[in-house]
Amino acid sequence: MNWGLGSVKKSLFIGIIALVFLMSYQHPASSADKWSGVDESVVEKYAKENGREARKPLINTDQGDLLLFVFLLAGTLGGFAAGYSWRMLVSEKEVKSFKPKRG
Amino acid sequence: MKTLKLRTLFLPFALLCCLLIVTPAYAMHISEGILPFNWALVWFIVAVPFVAIGLRKVKVMASKDLSTKPLIGLMAALVFVISCMPIPVPTAGTCSHPCGTGIAAILVGPFVSVVIAGVALLIQALFLAHGGLSTWGANVVSMGVVGSFAGFLTFRGLRLMRMNLVIAGFAAGLLADWATYLATSVELASGISGNAPFLPLFWKILIAFIPTQLPLGVLEGAITAGMINLLYKKRPDLLVKMHVIKAEEVSA
Repeated sequence: MNWGLGSVKKSLFIGIIALVFLMSYQHPASSADKWSGVDESVVEKYAKENGREARKPLINTDQGDLLLFVFLLAGTLGGFAAGYSWRMLVSEKEVKSFKPKRG
Repeated sequence: MKTLKLRTLFLPFALLCCLLIVTPAYAMHISEGILPFNWALVWFIVAVPFVAIGLRKVKVMASKDLSTKPLIGLMAALVFVISCMPIPVPTAGTCSHPCGTGIAAILVGPFVSVVIAGVALLIQALFLAHGGLSTWGANVVSMGVVGSFAGFLTFRGLRLMRMNLVIAGFAAGLLADWATYLATSVELASGISGNAPFLPLFWKILIAFIPTQLPLGVLEGAITAGMINLLYKKRPDLLVKMHVIKAEEVSA
């Protein structure tokens, strides 16, 4: 079997990823705290253990579905800004560079 | 032309799809009120010079060459979106997010990346109940300063050692992410330990981050490598202009 440098690199890469996932394995969280963020499961948990608790934010959008709405809005605006900038960076340059030369 | 339009629409569409499944903020930023006032102030003092230098660099970059503006815009949108997008990690059963500061630092420089992170963190703290105004300095130091410089230095170091562009990008993204969480652990342990010894609490917090951040760091590395590779294919001239690669590498 001929093992080129490319396949060794690929195997190494897959090996590292597999190792990282195996190393990070722990028992899945209980359904109550499943998919909680590390801000809750780590930051706030250890802060609470040491007598510090998170305060409500200045503008509290964490009320019902309001937070979902602001996240959706922020995501849409962020996505639009990223897409617009990407188009300016890539497509306009491509159009210019692919313009047929005259003469 | 049609293919070009489809291609240009793909990125915003993909980003929008990702964001449409976003759930409320589950992330790593240190929340409002977690750090005592003196520690919050310390991190503000550490962050401010980096932000000030970064603002000056943005001004100089924009005045020298207007074409860098879309790149800064793209990085700002990317860091903002990525750093408030919770990604579930099945092996840990928790959610967290990549930071995006590694790729930003490689492309626009670490100081400008600090400004980008600062703006993203400010908007998130104000409107998305994500992070906090009192902890803004600490979050800027961990995600902005430490993340950006770790990514930038890793990338430049590996490139000096003639490492492949994609591998250097992957390592930069990976280390930027892990360094951010290392810094968060330092900030948190120093802020909340009180009279208790710092190191045991620091290790406890760092180890608690590992199940989630180890795989997410790999994801951040892949995003960084993919982005650099994409720009290398689409706009190698831009990478040369931003001193990411040398002109000889493009012609080679």
